[in-house]
Amino acid sequence: MHPEIEITLFVFLLITAVVALTVKNLLTAVVSLTVFSFISALLYIAMGAVDVGFTEAVIGAGVTGVLFIILIFKTSRRSAD
Amino acid sequence: MIRNEDNPIVGLVSRIVSPFIMLFALYIIFHGHYSPGGGFQGGTMLAASLLLIRLAMGSEIAQLQFKRSWGTPLGSIGVLIYFATGFTAMLMGGTFLNYEFLSLSEIASHTRSIGVLLVEIGVGLAVMGILVAIYDDLLEGDPDV
Repeated sequence: MHPEIEITLFVFLLITAVVALTVKNLLTAVVSLTVFSFISALLYIAMGAVDVGFTEAVIGAGVTGVLFIILIFKTSRRSAD
Repeated sequence: MIRNEDNPIVGLVSRIVSPFIMLFALYIIFHGHYSPGGGFQGGTMLAASLLLIRLAMGSEIAQLQFKRSWGTPLGSIGVLIYFATGFTAMLMGGTFLNYEFLSLSEIASHTRSIGVLLVEIGVGLAVMGILVAIYDDLLEGDPDV
């Protein structure tokens, strides 16, 4: 519908994906993955799938980030020293 | 989890924001058949509001709001509501989840609407209970959470 909006969102999607793959800090990777999920939700909504986008926003940006952060804190304490 | 200091701003903001997330989640569940959303999304938002309190205030204080042992029973009750609606429609002569046969009201569209609402409440309860139970099971045995 609006190609320039979708192209901008795709550029940011690629940037967040590359950041999440290459960054060393795991917490930064999780935050970048959350941003990736939110931008993909915006893309779904821009393409007209409002229900899918809403589900993606709630699950990907809400609950998955929390679970990943718990797992980082559970695993990094043993390998800290 | 690692709690270096109890930040009062984080606790205050999450305590203020969490009831509004719950209210919006209830709107998503109860308005799900007119607008985008439904039981799954609303249940996930309810779980997110509970997890926000758990992350900000710690699991011990959050036990006052939602106990650790409630997650799995609540999920089971939700699944039971879902299947009870479907099987009631089956016992009344229709197929599984055929809401017209529930005979909750004289008008057929009202019956269908209430049937969808029952199923969505069941799905929302199940999703909320299981997501909070996953969080609690991941943090089980951590004394300083």
